[in-house]
Amino acid sequence: MTEEPLKQPALRVEGVRKSYGQVVAVDGVDLVVAEGEFFTLLGPSGSGKTTLLRLIAGFERPDAGRIELGGRDITSLPPYLRDTNTVFQDYALFPHMSVADNIAYGLRVKGVPKQARVKRVQRALEMVRLTGLGNRRPNQLSGGQRQRVALARAVVNEPEVLLLDEPLGALDLKLRQEMQIELKQIQKEVGITFVYVTHDQEEALTMSDRMAVLANGRIEQVGTPVEVYERPTTEFVAGFIGISNVLLRDGVRFVVRPEKIRMLAEGEQPEPGMVVESGQVEEVIYVGMSSRYLVRLDRGEQLVAVRQNMDAVGDSRRFEGRPVRLAWTPDHTYVLDTGR
Amino acid sequence: MLDVVRRPRRKGGGAVPFSALFWRLPGLRSLLLLTPPLAWFVVIYFASLVLLLITAFWTIDPFTAQIIQVWNTDNFARIIQEPAYRDIIGRTLLLAALVTLTDALLAFPFAYYMARIASRRMQTFLFAAVLLPLWASYLARVYAWILILNHSGVLNWSLQSIGLPPANIGYTNVAMWVVFSYIWLPFMIVPAYAALERVPESLLEAAGDLGARRWRAVRDVVLPLALPGVVAGSIFTFSLTLGDYITPVLVGGAGSTFIGNVVFNNIGIANNIPFAAALSMVPVAIMAVYLVVAYRLGAFEAM
Repeated sequence: MTEEPLKQPALRVEGVRKSYGQVVAVDGVDLVVAEGEFFTLLGPSGSGKTTLLRLIAGFERPDAGRIELGGRDITSLPPYLRDTNTVFQDYALFPHMSVADNIAYGLRVKGVPKQARVKRVQRALEMVRLTGLGNRRPNQLSGGQRQRVALARAVVNEPEVLLLDEPLGALDLKLRQEMQIELKQIQKEVGITFVYVTHDQEEALTMSDRMAVLANGRIEQVGTPVEVYERPTTEFVAGFIGISNVLLRDGVRFVVRPEKIRMLAEGEQPEPGMVVESGQVEEVIYVGMSSRYLVRLDRGEQLVAVRQNMDAVGDSRRFEGRPVRLAWTPDHTYVLDTGR
Repeated sequence: MLDVVRRPRRKGGGAVPFSALFWRLPGLRSLLLLTPPLAWFVVIYFASLVLLLITAFWTIDPFTAQIIQVWNTDNFARIIQEPAYRDIIGRTLLLAALVTLTDALLAFPFAYYMARIASRRMQTFLFAAVLLPLWASYLARVYAWILILNHSGVLNWSLQSIGLPPANIGYTNVAMWVVFSYIWLPFMIVPAYAALERVPESLLEAAGDLGARRWRAVRDVVLPLALPGVVAGSIFTFSLTLGDYITPVLVGGAGSTFIGNVVFNNIGIANNIPFAAALSMVPVAIMAVYLVVAYRLGAFEAM
């Protein structure tokens, strides 16, 4: 605690536990999120990420542990006394209020004078590019627009930490990708600390400054997207983020990412230092930009290799059933914790 | 050997089933479903209402009590001009409004508890408790109240046994207010419950998240969203009270005459059916206005 006296963390979670009857949803989580950080909680459904977010927001009370916001213990405070705001998965917009009234609600409750309120709502509408739609009702908006209103309603209060519970989950792929970029820009612009829950690995990798991978109510790994993707410490993380090929060679378990595997053409020599294994292409999955090759190694394991459809390969599926040699650089592999 | 004529194969085989007709002619289904009730509605109900309206503009010969089918507005003039009728209409309206308000105030917290706080089992139990009295005859329930509110009834007996003066509200308008409020309460609780149950919990969480304490969240979010349900319930409590003529006879006193009682008397005793028709147009008109207001408040989406 005394090592970093200069920068107060925005959020600190210590040994937080929450169980519902026999089910342990959050099982002793420790977390420190720095001021202004875009921090993602990534995990499959049932990993406890949403429960953790709800514990931070105050909708649930932890069985054990401590939650600090800006250095202040908020563990026993109800949601309305916490300086956090939430963007809900279903947006939870008030259907009987206009868009502007929805956004103004938090300010109104806090007694911000009307003039200042109107100004801030206007700015928030501009920020989410909904200027002029303030008089609409939520049910007159599209899904993407509602999402923006939910974001504006939370951000306008300038909370210490903004909590987002799978905010893009209900949007279609294209809109989701647009919103990912926009959300990140807004976060940079307002400088508020974001804690973002998602089950989408790509979303976590593209948006986060740092991320925590959760499974079964525990944190598996915390780090920057590059760290987590390139150097996963557990097999779960390796498997959950991207496709991983786990191999056991000479008593060491390690992972090779599909994009690091080279498929050697007939007679092609591997680069010096590369490891070469041979096998047979079992199946080719064409995914547009690239193709995924499922290769059965002669030593038994199945590996996935990805190759861009860049040359005049034509139909990549013609490789099915052919023998192939795979090569990779040992530097591009990483060893998994043996403890697991 | 080859069957050259290829006939469309059917899953069931054989001829086109009758039910496929509904698929081909979607309008047919609606027609068949709606014709009997619509015929009933138009012929029996709507036609009687029109007849009633027409009769209201007729009059009777005061000596022979024969209906004179001459178009005039004497009946309506009499209703407006005679203070006695104005009083009766005013009393009926006031009591209907009072009963509606009482039921709304009683039903809302009860329905709120049922919809948002009670456990599943408690919910079922409360539902049964609310709906069970509707199985008993209306008359039996009113008579039960007579036993309670009587001068020597349970209420006075209880008050006296703890040393308080008797209430003596039997056979007064207060008794009517109590009995009506009791009898129509389920009609308010059920729609209020339905409306409250439909308010997602996440809206309350969102309000709390934005800084509203619980009561404020309820006031700002739950109340406006549940209001259509309460208005829907008020249509029942208001119209049922407005049209009642049994409770005033059984638990009311000398000054408890309702519109319904006057209508009843004019049909059965005075035999002045045109006047009865004119007077019964009053609650019809009041309800028409009420329904328009209720519609504006979104009550029909809540039902």
